[in-house]
Amino acid sequence: MGFFLEATLGGLMTGMLYSLVALGFVLIYKASGVFNFAQGAMVLFAALAMARFSEWFPQLLGLDSKVLGNLLAMAGAMLLMVAVAWLIERLVLGKLVNQEGITLLMATLGITYFLDGFGQTLFGSEIYKIDIGLPKDPIFLLQGMFEGGVLVNKEDLYAAVIAASLVISLSLFFQYTSTGRALRAVADDHQAAQSIGIPLSRIWVIVWSVAGFVALVAGMIWGSKLGVQFSLSLVALKALPVVILGGLTSVPGAIIGGLIIGVGEKLSEVFLGPALGGGIEIWFGYVLVLLVLLVRPQGLFGEKIIDRV
Amino acid sequence: MFYRENGQFKTTYRSDLQIFPIAQDRIGVLLLLAFAFIAVPLMADEYTFRAILIPFLILSLAALGLNILVGYCGQVSLGTGAFMAVGAYAAYNFLVRIEGMPLLVAILMGGVCATGVGVLFGIPSLRIKGLYLAVATLAAQFFVDWTFLRISWFTNNSSSGSVSVSNLHVFGLPIESPLQRYMLCLGFVAVFALLAKNLVRSAIGREWMAIRDMDVAAAVIGIRPMYAKLTAFAVSSFIVGVAGALWAFVYLGSWEPAAFSIDRSFQLLFMVIIGGLGSIMGSFFGAAFIVVLPIFLNQALPALGSLVGVVISTALVAHVELMIFGALIVWFLIVEPHGLAKLWSIGKQKLRLWPFPH
Repeated sequence: MGFFLEATLGGLMTGMLYSLVALGFVLIYKASGVFNFAQGAMVLFAALAMARFSEWFPQLLGLDSKVLGNLLAMAGAMLLMVAVAWLIERLVLGKLVNQEGITLLMATLGITYFLDGFGQTLFGSEIYKIDIGLPKDPIFLLQGMFEGGVLVNKEDLYAAVIAASLVISLSLFFQYTSTGRALRAVADDHQAAQSIGIPLSRIWVIVWSVAGFVALVAGMIWGSKLGVQFSLSLVALKALPVVILGGLTSVPGAIIGGLIIGVGEKLSEVFLGPALGGGIEIWFGYVLVLLVLLVRPQGLFGEKIIDRV
Repeated sequence: MFYRENGQFKTTYRSDLQIFPIAQDRIGVLLLLAFAFIAVPLMADEYTFRAILIPFLILSLAALGLNILVGYCGQVSLGTGAFMAVGAYAAYNFLVRIEGMPLLVAILMGGVCATGVGVLFGIPSLRIKGLYLAVATLAAQFFVDWTFLRISWFTNNSSSGSVSVSNLHVFGLPIESPLQRYMLCLGFVAVFALLAKNLVRSAIGREWMAIRDMDVAAAVIGIRPMYAKLTAFAVSSFIVGVAGALWAFVYLGSWEPAAFSIDRSFQLLFMVIIGGLGSIMGSFFGAAFIVVLPIFLNQALPALGSLVGVVISTALVAHVELMIFGALIVWFLIVEPHGLAKLWSIGKQKLRLWPFPH
């Protein structure tokens, strides 16, 4: 029982991190109808920028404080992500208005290649560390109830808390600020939003910047966990089934989808893995999604797709 | 002046329905085939065969298969690499496990197995559409990758999943030198391109296009979505499977599952989009572009660097290559969203009026 709980908790923590990446997908899809394959590349790019800036800035300015250095680096990386968002809107999306979904998807794949190459040209391609002071020691919970208690990684716990608070603040932002309202209006209907005077291009820049911010946070957490390296951009492939499972248009869906896949992956690896030869977490999420989609083609929380002739 | 159909009257139904209705097109295709079968073997050297022509031919075959699914039937698939892998490993198993199996039969059987897997993973397309389907086909990609990596029966119990073939023969002729490999691939490509060209203008091809343009409307006028979609998946994965077997046997020789990773799927999708959705010719243009571009960049960048006086390291070349590749793809999508095939057909239209446009 203790072991089962431990696996479940571990899965929940990982799932929260998947949701964080998935959130970036959903935000952009909702606001601009673009399935942004470049989200993973943005995570890598942001993490690379963060890692290198936190090294460069203190050296340049002669700072000693690590906190200040990290904050500066984060601000720098955020500025960079806003610039990327602006450039993407200016150079790519603005020119591809009214194209089909598949063309836009391909364009974001092109952006993925570009960002992967650009990030590594700019910041180098070794493995870097991000140290934002997350404690690494494990803690034991519920020692009274089970023998040995339940082992939880403190770092994962902090990461999950950060992710959860980010999700809550984003939902508040969408629900209660005027920018958030404009974003939702654009998501509902581009033309109607434009006709009442919402500037589409500025909204897109904002959405991509927010997605960039989410990517930065995800990159910081994943980066401090695994180190910043090229494989970080593959996190996007882990987040894809999460997005689809939750439904492309639903923010809560991304969270719940992430938790389901995180837990399912961990439990299946622990309990089914030995029988099947291990490594099944590579495809578990996708096959789960396939089965769910057969029952609910729009994902668990997506808007119902209605076909008209 | 020369490319014009004036005066070419069609007096029978047969001539009205022929595959290339304009005489100049027929001559052009024959010249192209003659060029590929006779002139290229005389001119090309070993490096050109190995690095450009053979991968170009095999990947155009795969792109052709994918184009049937994505371009003609409108079902976006990100699992092409998986179907290639199924073709390759199935053909390998037929060749190794059955004594005296002819190579051609093994390759075609690889295609047949890929068809089965393709139809299986095509079943969700009856419920799922668009981007949801694209992600669902990724399930095929990851599941198949895992299968060939972990289940050692498929790889004849080699622990790493890496297998190799040697001593290939077709009708008693060895397939060893680059020229022989090239001719084998060219034969396959020519036959399959002709079959595909005919298929897409037949009844089933028109059903696919109806489904692509609006599946609800197509169902209303009596096209069975299940039949149309699953046949598209079947035909597409058969061709892709054959291409996979060729890629493994003829181009790689020895391979492991990583040769058919998700990057391969994306690469093929790029070929189809850049070449032109819903165009047989476009598959070849796209494959040529995607195969030649990295080679060109790889050669040109260090040369360019030394011209300016900067030494460009190999790692940097790889990264800059990625950048330019990505940027070019975006640029292409912006400038010509309908792909190179569209440019081709615009060119043909212009040629009809040349030199006296209205």
